[in-house]
Parts: sequence; C-alpha cells; structure tokens
Amino acid sequence: MTIATRRTILKGGLALAALPVLPGLAFGQEKLKVGFAYLAVPGDFGWTYAHDQGANDLAKALGDKVEVTKVENVGEAGPNVERVLRELAQQGHKLIFATTFGHMEAAVKVSAEFPDVIFEHCTGYMTGPNLGTYNARFYEGRAVIGTIAGHMSKKGVAGYIASFPIPEVVMGMNAFVIAARKVNPAFVLKAAYLSTWFDPAKEGAQAQAFIDQGCDFITQHTDSPAPVELCERLGVPCFGQASDMSAFGPTQCLTSIVDNWGPHYIKTAEAVIAGTWAPAQPWDGLKDGGLVITPYNATVPADVQAAADVVKNGQIDGSFHIFTGPLKDKDGAEFVAAGVTPDDGFLLGMQTYVEGIEVIQ
Amino acid sequence: MTIEFAIAIIFAIVLVASPILLAGLGELVVEKAGVLNLGVEGMMLIGAVTGFAVTSSFGSPWLGTLAAAMAGATASMIFGFLTLTLAANQVATGLALTIFGGGFSALAGKAFLGKTVPAFTQLFPSPLATDPIWRVVFGYSPLVYFSLAMCIGVAWFLKSTRAGLILRAVGENDLSAHSIGYSVTGVRYAAVAFGGAMAGIAGSMFSLVLTPIWAEGLTAGRGWIALALVVFAAWKPYRLLVGAYLFGAVMTLEVHAKAAGGVFSALPSELWAALPYLMTIIVLVIISLRRSGNSVAPACLGKPFLPTI
Repeated sequence: MTIATRRTILKGGLALAALPVLPGLAFGQEKLKVGFAYLAVPGDFGWTYAHDQGANDLAKALGDKVEVTKVENVGEAGPNVERVLRELAQQGHKLIFATTFGHMEAAVKVSAEFPDVIFEHCTGYMTGPNLGTYNARFYEGRAVIGTIAGHMSKKGVAGYIASFPIPEVVMGMNAFVIAARKVNPAFVLKAAYLSTWFDPAKEGAQAQAFIDQGCDFITQHTDSPAPVELCERLGVPCFGQASDMSAFGPTQCLTSIVDNWGPHYIKTAEAVIAGTWAPAQPWDGLKDGGLVITPYNATVPADVQAAADVVKNGQIDGSFHIFTGPLKDKDGAEFVAAGVTPDDGFLLGMQTYVEGIEVIQ
Repeated sequence: MTIEFAIAIIFAIVLVASPILLAGLGELVVEKAGVLNLGVEGMMLIGAVTGFAVTSSFGSPWLGTLAAAMAGATASMIFGFLTLTLAANQVATGLALTIFGGGFSALAGKAFLGKTVPAFTQLFPSPLATDPIWRVVFGYSPLVYFSLAMCIGVAWFLKSTRAGLILRAVGENDLSAHSIGYSVTGVRYAAVAFGGAMAGIAGSMFSLVLTPIWAEGLTAGRGWIALALVVFAAWKPYRLLVGAYLFGAVMTLEVHAKAAGGVFSALPSELWAALPYLMTIIVLVIISLRRSGNSVAPACLGKPFLPTI
C-alpha cells in the first residue's frame, strides 16, 4: 500500500519535472540567460535595490524561460565594469543590463565585441546595433513632490541633498523648484552636492545642516534612507528616493518616488525571446509605470493631495509638462520661452539651474 | 549667527568626531604595540551590524554596544591569529579583514534591512539634555562621553602605567622586551583585541547614534579616516582628540557651507571629501621635516615577531 503510494507520487513527480522541459524541447529553445551588472549592492535600499526588485520581477514573471545572474558592486566606472560585462557575455548571457550611467563606455565597447549579445544601458545616451538604453522620467516624480512642498512648507525653504552635478540631478532639482514655485512664488531650494550616491552619515549630516539653517523640508537625490530617518526623529517632512522609504519615516516621509524597472525588464526579455528586440531608447515615466509615486502619507492634507494628483495625472495624460516655459534661469535670463515645451534632448543635457535654486557647486 | 545655531554646529561636530575618535584610539593602542591593523573599516562594519541586530532584537542599545565591542574584538582575533601566531603579512591581512567585514556585515544584516531602532541618544534626563543651550554639554549619546573618557584613559594608560610602558616597549623594540621576559605576542594580542572592540563600538555609533538604520557599507570609509587620524596625531592620544575634532569640524563645515552658500561653497565637493587625507599628508610632511628623518612611528610597526628562543 505504502509502496504503491510512493510509486504513484514518484511517477507524478517525474511527470511534473518533465513538464517545463517539454515546451523548450518542442520549440528547440534554451533558457534566456539574463545578466545584471549592479552599481552597488541590493542592500543600499536605493538605486541598486530598485534594480534588484526589477530583476526579481523579471525572474518571477517569465519563470523558467529566463535564468537571471546578478553581479553586485561592479562600481560606477573603472576597468572592473568592462571585465564584468565581458565575462557575462562569455558565460552565455544573451541579454545584459548595465545599470548605471558610468557603465556606458564599457557597454559600447563590449557590445561591439559580442554582436550576438543584446546589451541595455540604464540612463545613458549611446546606442549600437545590439545596444539600447533605458531610463525613467524621475523629474515627473520631482514635480509631484515639489507641489506638495510648495503647499506645505511654511518657510518656503527646502534642502536638496544631491549626489553629482549631472543632467539627471539638475533636471530633478529644477522640476522640484518649478513645481513648488507654481504654488509659492517665493519658494527657495538650497542644494548641496555630496560627491557620493551613498554615505549615510554624510547624508544625515547634510540633512541636519539644512534643518539647522532653517529649511523646513528635506528632499534627497542620494540613495540611503538616513535623511528620512533623521527627519522622522526631528519632525521635518521629507520624501523617499528610489525605493519606498516610508518604513524609515512613518509620519514624516510624505511619499516616495519609486523606480520601477520590472515592467521594462520583462518587456525587453520577452522581445529578445520572441526575436523582436531592436535598439531603442525608451524613457518611461509615470504613464508607463517606469516610476511610481507611493500613496501619500496621512499627514498630507486632502487639498494638497488633490493638487499633487493634478500634477501627477496631468503628466500621465500628457496635458502637463513641468518644463513648459516661461522659465528663467537662476540669474534671471530666459531659459525656456513662454509656451514652449522643450524636447527630450534638451532635458537630457540640462545643466542650467532655474530661478529659486541656491546652488552650490 | 545665533547662539542656538553655533550650538547646533558644535553638536554636529561632536557627533561626527566621536566615532573616528573611538576607532582611532583603538588603532593607536594597536600601533603602539607594533601592529598595523588596516582592518578598522571591516571591524567597524561588523560592529555596526552586530550593534544594530542586537538592539533591534533585544531592545537595549547598551547591550547592542556591548555586543558590537565583542564582535569587533572577535573579528580582530582572526587578524591576530594570522599575523601574530602565523606571522602573516599585516598589511595584506588587514585589507583582507576590511573586505571580509564588508561582506560578512552585508550577509548578517540582510534580515535587518528596512528596520529602524530608537536612536541611542541622551545620557542625561530630558530637560537638561534637550535644553537649547545646555544640550551642548549634556545632550549627547553615552558613547560620546565614553569616547572622551577613553581618550583620557588611554593617555593615562600609555604614559603613567607599568602595563602601558610594557606595551610601548613591545612596539618600540620587540626583541628587548622579549629578552627581559615579556610576552610580545601576548601583549600584541591584547592590544589587537582592544583595537577591535573600540572599532566595533565606533561602528555601532553609526548604526545606533548617527543614523539608526542598517544599510550595507554604512560606515562609508570612516575606518580609513580613523587610520589617517592616528598618523595625523603622531601616535599621541590627546593630539588624536584634537585631530578627530578638527576632522569633524572640516566635515561639518562642509555640509553647513553647502547649506549656507557663500564663499566656502565655492570649493568643489571633491576637494572637501579629500580634505582629511590632505591634512594628514601635510602633517606627515611637517613631521618628517622637523624630525629630520627620525620617525615618530613605533619602531616595530608592522614587523612580524618570531621569537627564536
């Protein structure tokens, strides 16, 4: 009796084990090996964490059609990047994601060496026959949180903890202050570059310095949750960056701008499997789900939530663009003419600060 | 500048300076005994994750700090066994310990990502510690007062006690100390363990006081600043105290200058980040000019000791 049962189970098990192999055999396909090169470690709770979530979404969605390899701590630049990308290609990965701006040169070089491997580079601008880029419109999220800060800041002075003076960061800063000044024309944004994406103690110290100097809102473009945690202790409202940071600021983190790479990773892998992949430069925003605004904190008044939703929905349906002119730069000269909405090329090269930013190089 | 603002700046300097003072004091004793342990950063990370894990699990930051000290000391014993018993190269082993500490802390901390613990602040009761003026004296974490007490303690130990004299002898001339019957290896083990415990506590200051969170690589290179500080201080505890507060002042000035704008903010942020190391190099140059070739470093620093008799 027992033996019979066991045999039955064994047979069942074998049949089950054979199942996933069958479609593959039937279509003569192998698993698609997908490689990820990470800037840092998934435990940063910021940039790399968000990419790791995306990689996990991919593995979950496509199941046994893909095999995902992750390489941590590849770094922002240096010979290591090239080595990692080349090794991934040599190991038979047919789709490789290079997940930070600094990987661009290496991705261009290695993709030329492996024409049958598809590369995608995050936030870059160089492409090739087998090299595409992908990016998210982070500035759309900044416009939403800037609106909230404009409504809720009593002093009208916010601190912006920034990493490096690259267009992506300048764009985010500008979007934030433009949105805030639409609500409060006297709004001022103080910005500081820390020369790092991740240094919790320094990010916390910068947040403390901003607060000591009279900022009553803190926002960050660096990756650790340290500023949010500090703001929670000091009772200063703030916003989460890259991942949902509400756990660190249950009462003060008003919302987080979450990078949502999963949909792009799934879409790309499916296109590669189907053989329909072509190099492209998608720049997904709130509309395509490349970027998600987490639910507002209960401390955000209903009318402010409504105003933030107007900005959010306007960007989703395309009726509102934060960089539509007239805009002046911080010295008062014309930056964008009235009624003009700049194209993406203009945005991606942005290095001018708009009116209302007290920056600091 | 208001008095409250000045106090806020002093407060920030003390918080930044204390962990590098703690780690620096530990390394100073280690180097005085003739051992160069470059694994400070790794031991700090192990201390940081242990302190956070224990505090998060048992709710007591005191227990967390104690556990961090023990974890740091345990990690330093790996270094001790390799370099003192097996006479492995100290520089290579120290670097390996830093890499190990980074990886181990990341692994051990996986379960604690996204959590917070109550910050380990305020030794003194609330009206005194939160007073806008008096908080400059009474408003700090117990670990801040501990770091100052340890500085006095280490200075006294090295200068005025017999044990301190023996430790210095071991670091200056291991063979002589050995020949008159002191256990060079034993003294060095004790010094290395002390250094590990101090680095562990320094690490827990990051995960319990400065930013009560756990994230991989939380200390972000402060262990290297502590190492530079020991050289900067020319192996003297009180100069280490001054140096730690000077480094702390530079780091605090940086963030405040950026928040304020104005003259100082014209300096590029890369230069600010490099300042502690630049200061160390300048001090090294001054020392070597003054001493005309005679080093102030312990004579046996970094040399393995293998007794033949």
